[in-house]
Amino acid sequence: MDDPFIIAGVTFSSRLIMGTGGAPSLDALERAVVASGAELATVALRRVSPAARGSVLDVLERTGCRLLPNTAGCFTARDAVTTAQLAREAFGTDWIKLEVIADERTLLPEAVELLDAAETLVDDGFAVLAYTNDDPVLALRLEAAGCAAVMPLGSPIGSGMGILNPFNLALIVDSLSVPVILDAGVGTASDAAIAMELGCDAVLAASAVTRARESATMAEAVRKAVEAGRLARRAGRIPRRLYAEPSTTFEDLPDLKPVPHPD
Amino acid sequence: MTVTVNGEATELADNTTIEQVLARHLGPGRAVSGVAVALNGEVVARTEWGGRRLRAHDRVEVLAARGGG
Repeated sequence: MDDPFIIAGVTFSSRLIMGTGGAPSLDALERAVVASGAELATVALRRVSPAARGSVLDVLERTGCRLLPNTAGCFTARDAVTTAQLAREAFGTDWIKLEVIADERTLLPEAVELLDAAETLVDDGFAVLAYTNDDPVLALRLEAAGCAAVMPLGSPIGSGMGILNPFNLALIVDSLSVPVILDAGVGTASDAAIAMELGCDAVLAASAVTRARESATMAEAVRKAVEAGRLARRAGRIPRRLYAEPSTTFEDLPDLKPVPHPD
Repeated sequence: MTVTVNGEATELADNTTIEQVLARHLGPGRAVSGVAVALNGEVVARTEWGGRRLRAHDRVEVLAARGGG
């Protein structure tokens, strides 16, 4: 593997992480996860429904995905910390995708509660992957708190609006040492490619895949976009210019003026 | 006694343990791997499920993985 992706000491070959919400069925989810090539997928913790058949855990086990529990739906640091501890109890992993949201309409991160929860969970031995705003200052604070990865949003969860502030994302990528994973906002494959071109280490996609008309096909598209974007980042893009820059010089240009012959 | 299990008032015999609540709530033979329990907002470790007895008006949450996030 010439370009491994490492979180908290664990190496992945895929740089696409799958969200598991929004799929019409577990079968559809399984086909999408397989097509995505993801090796890490996030799941929420909810009340058990005794009538439920099958489990998202079975899907992830069959597809060989490592489990990344999350604290989706938590509004306070206390709820998020308790949910992370419950997830550790349920799944036997100390990895947690930490989400602390401010309100149901925007689902935007609650910065103060988020940082508080991150500090508590790091102290409690968790590998914290923190879902955060595209705020370079907050991203640095989360890194300093000991987060294993920082996951800035491109735009609000499920909005499919892509990356609204590429400059902030570039600043975050430039200033952090821990992995930066674009989380939220991917609407289609090109958004994932742009995230990787900007220097993100990985992309998390959920709704873009699970709510697409053909989720497995979109999963494949996003996988290829992540790979393409990563390659482009490593290759180094040319600078943007206001004026054209000829790829062939004007030297040795033939004289083709239609001048009448002197004879 | 009345205990709230996943938001629903449930009649249980006195001294019912968390392990017994799980058996009742999940149904016979259902695996308890991938399940977590909170009692009155606090995590109860798997190792305590057998010995932890409930009291009237306790709030029990039985949780598992769901697609999301």
